[in-house]
Amino acid sequence: MTAVADKPDLEIGRDRRRKEDQRLITGRTRWTDNLVLPGMLHLAMVRSPFAHAKIVSIDTEAAKQSPNVVGVFTGADLGEAQGACINAWAITPDQVTPPHVPMPSDRVAFAGETVAVVVARTAAEARDAAELVDVEYDELPAALDLKESAADTVLAHPDLGTNKSALWVFDSAEAGTGSSADAAIEKARGDGIVIEREYRQQRLIPAFMEPRSTVVDPTGEQITVWSATQIPHILRFAIAATTGVPESKIRVIAPDVGGGFGGKLQQTPEEMITFAVARKLGKPVKYTETRSESLMTAHHGRDQWQKLTLSAEKDGTVTGLKVELTADLGAYIAIVGGGVPVLGAFMFNAIYKFPAYHFSCQTVLTNKTWTDAYRGAGRPEATYAIERLMDELAIEVGVDPLEIREKNWIKHEEFPFTTVAGLEYDSGNYEAATAKAKEAFGYDELRAEQKQRRESGDRIQLGIGISTFTEMCGLAPSRVLGSLNYGAGGWEHASVRMLATGKVEVITGASAHGQGHETAFSQIVADRLGVAFEDVEVLHGDTQIAHKGLDTYGSRSLVVGGEALVKAADKVIEKAKPIAAHLLEASVDDIEFSAGRFSVRGTDQGLAMAEIAMATFAAHNLPDGIEPSIDSDATYDPVNFNYPHGTHLCAMEVDTETGGVLMRKYVCVDDIGNIINPMIVEGQVHGGLAQGIAQALWEEAVYDDSGTLVSGSFVDYLLPTSADTISFEVDHTTTASTTNTLGTKGVGEAGTIASTPAVVNAVVDAVRQFGVNDIQMPCTPERVWRAIHSGDGGDETEGAAAPHFTEETGMQGQTDRTDGANQ
Amino acid sequence: MARIELTVDGAKVSDDVEPRMLLVQYLREKLGKTGTVIGCDTSNCGACTVHLDGRSVKSCNVLAVQANGREVTTIEGLADGDQLHPVQEAFRECHGLQCGFCTPGMIMQAVDLLGENPSPTEAEVREGMEGNLCRCTGYHNIVKSVLHAAGGAK
Repeated sequence: MTAVADKPDLEIGRDRRRKEDQRLITGRTRWTDNLVLPGMLHLAMVRSPFAHAKIVSIDTEAAKQSPNVVGVFTGADLGEAQGACINAWAITPDQVTPPHVPMPSDRVAFAGETVAVVVARTAAEARDAAELVDVEYDELPAALDLKESAADTVLAHPDLGTNKSALWVFDSAEAGTGSSADAAIEKARGDGIVIEREYRQQRLIPAFMEPRSTVVDPTGEQITVWSATQIPHILRFAIAATTGVPESKIRVIAPDVGGGFGGKLQQTPEEMITFAVARKLGKPVKYTETRSESLMTAHHGRDQWQKLTLSAEKDGTVTGLKVELTADLGAYIAIVGGGVPVLGAFMFNAIYKFPAYHFSCQTVLTNKTWTDAYRGAGRPEATYAIERLMDELAIEVGVDPLEIREKNWIKHEEFPFTTVAGLEYDSGNYEAATAKAKEAFGYDELRAEQKQRRESGDRIQLGIGISTFTEMCGLAPSRVLGSLNYGAGGWEHASVRMLATGKVEVITGASAHGQGHETAFSQIVADRLGVAFEDVEVLHGDTQIAHKGLDTYGSRSLVVGGEALVKAADKVIEKAKPIAAHLLEASVDDIEFSAGRFSVRGTDQGLAMAEIAMATFAAHNLPDGIEPSIDSDATYDPVNFNYPHGTHLCAMEVDTETGGVLMRKYVCVDDIGNIINPMIVEGQVHGGLAQGIAQALWEEAVYDDSGTLVSGSFVDYLLPTSADTISFEVDHTTTASTTNTLGTKGVGEAGTIASTPAVVNAVVDAVRQFGVNDIQMPCTPERVWRAIHSGDGGDETEGAAAPHFTEETGMQGQTDRTDGANQ
Repeated sequence: MARIELTVDGAKVSDDVEPRMLLVQYLREKLGKTGTVIGCDTSNCGACTVHLDGRSVKSCNVLAVQANGREVTTIEGLADGDQLHPVQEAFRECHGLQCGFCTPGMIMQAVDLLGENPSPTEAEVREGMEGNLCRCTGYHNIVKSVLHAAGGAK
């Protein structure tokens, strides 16, 4: 037992080294693929090479004769036992949703879809035999290009009669949260400024480092599923709901999980097939994907066209914003699927005081890999659009892009602030974060250098990119989710168990996969209960231990899961008070709890938390009518979202002869409220930045004309390396959130949400003097070079700001007129 | 099947293996050395990095039979009992890992890099670690960890 009653230092705010690391740095790990069970069999998937085809026949005979093959199953063989992959969020009541059988038996809808599964004694034998499965396909035309698919040129699912899945609309005039965006734009066409742009959010792949793996053991009373997932609880629900196996007979364990970034927020066909095969054979089975399978079939992210119209007064005061999105769902609507762009719907107005706002999103089915959450999920797209537009507005008005932002943003004294999208921002201070970032960045000096390079016609031009972002995170208030037709709530659960030896077991429904929950949650509980950091053990990721939870995504673990922990810990204290009073022979009203010690007011008598725990365990001397337990549970439903913000500044050098870009400096000052562990927070920001920067500069999932993913390996999908990136300067300002006890805000996605527009703004800023106002992401040297040189012949970009979504210009808005398009 | 004999993390081992078996598969499947992991199929990610006769190799790019008669060190054999290797210690100290999947490979590569260049610059660390991918850290703290290990308590 550790005596800590007089421990002076608070844990919250300390840069505690992580509890998780000892195992991870010594190789003592439990990745799903590490698990070996007696008699365990291995699966290999036979996958369609075609994006869209009828399955004419599947000949499995040769595979079945292959050495040590135990079985080969097709969709027809597994039938309804496969269950189904669910979409938890039909964004409109009339959403067109194709049925999603994990392994179809009649038709494949994307390249990589599983058509048969081979079971063998070793993984190598399973894969050898998979090569012998002979599938005859009748290839069908494939819906590939997003805009063409939106026009129903070719149908991704002919039976549905359309590719258009759902149209989700928000209008501030209709919602009563603002006026009419159309009216504001119309007015500005007469006497103000109208900026019209179309931006492309390219398709990205989450590319977590640990390939997905699932082991299913059906030999116990409960069927145990180990899976490399972010969502063990949701997965258990989905398996039960679609297979008919009672939820109480399924135990899902997410052991060590090697990254997710939204990519493991899914109920996958592979998990369902593995579950079905294990049940069919009555033996433990394992499926581990190859990297190529992962890139080809694990869900992708982003993939939108954004048609944007911003109106402003001549002085740059914004008056309206209209956003029309077309979003690629891929072949099936994934678990959150169409909901991802809707998560961005509330964020395009960002930190600015738009009086009028209109948002629409058309989701579209195609014959490509399904899309779903990827770090930021909806908010990076929104932030990109608005932060790019604010730069364009600054150019139009002729002022510094920071000045135009400041003119329009919510002032710190205006919080709480209800936005035109209907959200109430509880806190923030954009002025403070921006001032700090400017100073750390050396903003004025870099602007001076930029001017000098421009004037001297230097081959290397310098650009400065700005992103003053906010986001909504801490998913999510259940009633809001209900109003959006989401299929579940957004609460989180926690338990605190006080063990006889003075140790504390903390159980959380949030399921970490690299974020450091064990450490940060230990710090919170240590402070709350006044016990030692080392005495707290955080348990998670197993539905039999953490029996209740909604898992980890949407920067929710700390602000929702952490609050549940606080509430459970507070209940422990309340339950302990009568016991302490009894043992101290005092009235409950006179018991005070502070720094882990129950004391009698006005005396030096007291007992430590651990002593109460021991006395409760022994139960020899408890007050009448008090149960011998101070363990407590809490389920917390957030009252609001959570709104981190920050100012990110990026300096990019562009080689005007080669189009090559080089990041010179990146400074960010984020306001994420009170910080539990600054070291972990910095790490989250760094990683987030790298992913957002990668969208701007390197990454894109590319399909060829027949619907084959050509960036289907790490040779072709360009993840940044240590040599591509730089060290970042990360700092903070703090305005505590007012909607949770600890005053914290989410941080997991902030870096990704903020950084992409900062980088692209910087690249465009570097070459704007060549008449460039956009370069499509990723800003490859070729695209940058072409953008610079497209103006060589004359007047290319003159009309870029013209109202090209109007009759006068032939309604050209449906085609991409950005300089970087089609390159 | 081919007979191989080698030393892995200080222990002599001997097995019959398929000639096509990769060293990483041998380590994981035959020896249970699951600290070494597989992150890709194309020798891009470096998660499987081990030392072969004291130099770093991507063990998905080496056949088990090529390790015959040689000495392999994995992440599991790097520490001296309870005494962590300074590079392991540095990764913890500098928060050079999050999910930890790339970490065994990162650490093994960093040890090799520092063996060759005990006092690297940041640029040399970034070049030297280029063959190992990480998706969590943005490399910032990995680079810091390697520099920290190089500079002792600096």
